[in-house]
Amino acid sequence: MDELIIAGKAYSSRLLIGTGKYKDFDETRRAVEESGAQIVTVAIRRTNIGQTAGEPSLLDALPPSKFTYLPNTAGCYSADDAIRTLRLARELLDGHDLVKLEVLGDPKTLYPNMVETIHAAEVLVRDGFKVMVYTSDDPIIAKQLEEIGCVAVMPLASLIGSGMGILNPWNLQIIIDNAKVPVIVDAGVGTASDAAIAMELGCDGVLMNTAIAGAGNPVLMASAMKKAVQAGREAFLAGRMPKKLYSASPSSPTTGLIS
Amino acid sequence: MQLTVNGVPHSFEQNPNLSQLLETLNLTGKRLAVERNSEIVPRSQFGDTLLADGDKLEIVVAVGGG
Repeated sequence: MDELIIAGKAYSSRLLIGTGKYKDFDETRRAVEESGAQIVTVAIRRTNIGQTAGEPSLLDALPPSKFTYLPNTAGCYSADDAIRTLRLARELLDGHDLVKLEVLGDPKTLYPNMVETIHAAEVLVRDGFKVMVYTSDDPIIAKQLEEIGCVAVMPLASLIGSGMGILNPWNLQIIIDNAKVPVIVDAGVGTASDAAIAMELGCDGVLMNTAIAGAGNPVLMASAMKKAVQAGREAFLAGRMPKKLYSASPSSPTTGLIS
Repeated sequence: MQLTVNGVPHSFEQNPNLSQLLETLNLTGKRLAVERNSEIVPRSQFGDTLLADGDKLEIVVAVGGG
């Protein structure tokens, strides 16, 4: 069985998905179910005061008993805000300690601030959190995050929500080759082939939100992403044929031709 | 007495405890977490946490996000 192991827990799906930007909770639920994802990211936000009781909530659509919640720190621009947010998340989710750390550096590009991210990771790991960390695709930073004790490093493929695909497979390859913890491409995937390419490189998983939620038919795209991640993983495990530059190799016998 | 809840001022005649505040705000039974003056209040202590004038509360829930 080819499983993804994160912080000692095994998952059969290598596709992790976000729960934002869907039309409604029903679409969220159908997309998540179609994707086969077992880990779903959630955000932590102020509750609406004066909200009518009984209004549907995300936790009803996706029961935490069925899915592994991965609370994130989206929107946090400092280590302190990220740490506060995840401590609240841990309280909210009854001590659940698997979290996604991201500290942003710029509202236009949502590029991560790695100095703040490293500070936050150090505090959170000391505090007992199992930290899956969003990072730039700098191989040295990725290694440092692993050494701090993060349970997964999650480099961007391109900017969050951009759908620009895998812009620097070479850096991702260095990160993958050096890492002893799972490497999960987080952010930038636009369509199924991007997810397959990430997995063919040897990534352990792919995390995406907008590629599914922003598709014309999110539920169908969820299905496509599930297959793409599986196909890419199998291709990686199978080992691709070597590339032969400027020379062909016939697939059919070269003898026994009629004359 | 005055409390700030999620950045919005709320006035009360008497000091409520945290459970009473949540009831007033129609939030009883909701899955949430509370910070009082930047310190988390465990759910088990809501009833024992008497709020004071000027307290700043953050009440959060899980929402859809990437």
